[in-house]
Amino acid sequence: MTRSPRRSGPALRARSGRPPWPLVLPALAGVAFLVLPLLGLVVRAPWADMGGRVTEPEVLAALWLSLSTATVATALCLVLGVPLAWLLARTEFPGRRLVRALVTVPLVIPPVVGGVALLLVLGRNGLLGRYLDAWFGITIPFTSAAVVLAQVFVAMPFLVISVEGALRGADRRYEEAAATLGAGRVTVFTRVTLPMVLPGIGAGAILCWARALGEFGATITFAGNFPGTTQTMPLAVYMAMQRDPEAAIVLSLVLLLVSLAVLATLRERWVNTA
Amino acid sequence: MRDAPSRLIPALAAAALALTACSAPDAGPGTAGETGSEGPTGELTVFAAASLTDVFEDLAREFEAANPGVEVVFNFAGSSELAAQINSGAPADVFAAANTSTMDQVVEGEGLAPEWAGEHGANGAVFATNTLRIAVPADNPAGIEDLGDLAGEDTAVAFCAEEVPCGAATVTALDAAGLDITPVTYEEDVRAVLTKVELGEVDAGLVYETDVIAAGEAVTGIAFPEADEAVNDYPIALLANAPAPDPAEAWIDFVLSGTGAEALAGAGFGTP
Amino acid sequence: MSVLSADLRLNRGDFALDVSLSVAAGEVLALLGPNGAGKSSALRALAGLLPLTGGHVRVDGRDHTRTPVERRPIGMVFQDYLLFQHMSALDNVAFGPRCQGESKADARARAAELLDHMDLADHARSRPRGLSGGQAQRVALARALAVRPRLLLLDEPMAALDVSTRLHVRGRLRHLLEEFDGAAVLVTHDPLDAMVLADRIAVVEGGRVVQEGAPAEVARRPRTPYVARLVGLNLFRGTADGTVVALDGGTVVRVHRAHRGPALVAFPPRAVALYRSRPDGSPRNLWELEVDGVERFGDQVRVHLTGPLDLAADISPAALAELGLVRGDSVWAGVKAAEAECYPG
Repeated sequence: MTRSPRRSGPALRARSGRPPWPLVLPALAGVAFLVLPLLGLVVRAPWADMGGRVTEPEVLAALWLSLSTATVATALCLVLGVPLAWLLARTEFPGRRLVRALVTVPLVIPPVVGGVALLLVLGRNGLLGRYLDAWFGITIPFTSAAVVLAQVFVAMPFLVISVEGALRGADRRYEEAAATLGAGRVTVFTRVTLPMVLPGIGAGAILCWARALGEFGATITFAGNFPGTTQTMPLAVYMAMQRDPEAAIVLSLVLLLVSLAVLATLRERWVNTA
Repeated sequence: MRDAPSRLIPALAAAALALTACSAPDAGPGTAGETGSEGPTGELTVFAAASLTDVFEDLAREFEAANPGVEVVFNFAGSSELAAQINSGAPADVFAAANTSTMDQVVEGEGLAPEWAGEHGANGAVFATNTLRIAVPADNPAGIEDLGDLAGEDTAVAFCAEEVPCGAATVTALDAAGLDITPVTYEEDVRAVLTKVELGEVDAGLVYETDVIAAGEAVTGIAFPEADEAVNDYPIALLANAPAPDPAEAWIDFVLSGTGAEALAGAGFGTP
Repeated sequence: MSVLSADLRLNRGDFALDVSLSVAAGEVLALLGPNGAGKSSALRALAGLLPLTGGHVRVDGRDHTRTPVERRPIGMVFQDYLLFQHMSALDNVAFGPRCQGESKADARARAAELLDHMDLADHARSRPRGLSGGQAQRVALARALAVRPRLLLLDEPMAALDVSTRLHVRGRLRHLLEEFDGAAVLVTHDPLDAMVLADRIAVVEGGRVVQEGAPAEVARRPRTPYVARLVGLNLFRGTADGTVVALDGGTVVRVHRAHRGPALVAFPPRAVALYRSRPDGSPRNLWELEVDGVERFGDQVRVHLTGPLDLAADISPAALAELGLVRGDSVWAGVKAAEAECYPG
């Protein structure tokens, strides 16, 4: 960390000329590959009756359900995932590598399988679910809570991985400095570590939210598909595909635009400024 | 339904499928005759409703044994998905649908082979029927006996979504019974309903007879009279742009033959 | 009685540290040594950031060998200062008192007082990024002092500063350290920092203290080639018999003060006179050597010589021009016996 007074930047910056084409061409191809399908949706959308379709109560219900469950799921992921990331990044315990590998399992297994797995554990006859049912009369499948759990299952790895990366990248000497000032481990974590890795947590939460919002397979398997309680936007899109592809395009665009708006706002606030 | 927007999304799926289909070595009808046998030869692509998976695979083994030059390649999926893929140009020879409406989509879209259709029917040939059954877990925890029991307050029921054939049949059956039942979930296909029943997550679901049989011990099927109002016809047809029409026609004949009917009956299908 | 009494032993594979330290109240001890000598490890061990494999750490007579970092009576100023970037200068300083259970108001009052004392009242609300190097150093010192430590640890406190500001900041730091009534241990690789800031210097090399003493003593009588180079002296080891010292290389040096037995001889480069031809005159040490290199050294020129013994000579640029020395030339080097300091080795 040099503390020389900041000189005016641009004049001193090395002139590197145009970016090299071996990087630019693949980058442009990458952008095109990601953007063109979206463009396809936009071009083929039935714009004329868009307004009417978007404000249909079923669409609004699905949209609201998607946004609220994804947000609750992200909050749950933060509560559980940040401490988990801390344990993985900052402590040594037997089987830590195994735990880290297990945490990433939801990334590689098909979400539908994840949904079945959730049924086997939390379903009415599941390993834990049967006791929830017998003792408390709680059944989770086919409820909005099941939607949230399915989303947490598939989205949490994104949060854990990015927060763990941020923790590993953070300068641990600041934590030592806090310790020499009398801060216990919890204080160090809340007052020093967390603020340091906030950008990483923000980025992880955004990824997590986006993944939860797009979640389909685990949701339809574990939570089922019922308008208003468990039919999120991706499920509504899938059902619309069976009957009326145009409606599916409309729903996809709505989901796309709303999530883009939210992500752009959050990214601005969390990632860039922190 | 042949307007462009409706074909946009299936196009991607069809493209992916075309890639896999085209990667097979050239074994089209052009190479026929080299083995010297008299029957048809080549690779035959059959798009079939998911509910036909087991019985069609069994039949294909017999068919291939009888026709050494032919290899049958299947694409099993929901009928409406398959129809969309075919209408997007997927290279299929035969379409076997789980209901007539999806076959109608293909008739209007990609079209059937005219000569074949003239002989067997403009909307394909019905080769099997499937009847709805109430599926309950083996121990039948809610004590379901007929369709009316599904309306019980504490009874958790899974139906197919209206958008898929079994859902449409469900609506017809319920209308016939004059019942208005709200399930806990509208599943995306009949297998998903069956899974929920098998796991005991719901007390009952409406599925096809064939699914009950396929599920074995885990599920008990209960027949109900209103099911007769909602019998599903399974049509099969030779497609207009079939790359291998000869083996395709032979396959269809085989499915419609006594051997085919026997196998279908064994799997729980009815005869038309 | 000393405030700090420590025996630090550490074994980590190929590195071993074995250092005993004792620092009195109000005293500043500098650990001076090259990179990798173990001085930073010693400091971290004192802080409790590095577990000892043996020895002890006592502060005010109380054993703290196994006390966790956050409960040791220490304050530490880190290299780069490590001010919390997400807090103002005031909150950085108030952090310690808060952790020790003081109320927010009390902690802030104490922090404000310390910052005010360090002429930083105007910067209390600044983020660390907005502070100059000297200001950041004082905030770091204030933060360390805010917990009322008995042992103050400073790790390379000058390393992060521009050369141009060092002189001023160093003087100011010395002034602030003088006010501290506990024991202070400072780690540095810069002899000037050690000379100016410390009351006593312990030179650490290879995990051990090779020399310890007052700055003037260390500067005048270095005991290892490393220290000699740091303080800018020619140093030789040999055996004294009266005023004649037989060096280990076989050469002989005549010195002013008589000794007997193993001895060290040191003299500054400016005490060396160079001649093209053998000079006549008073009895002196005189060696014929070869020029190994010439470099600019302040307003002087340093000539490196090699031969029966290796030494450095500082002469004026004018003298260099007159002698016309280039690498490989033969030259006579003379040193007066009175300039050669001899002490037990």
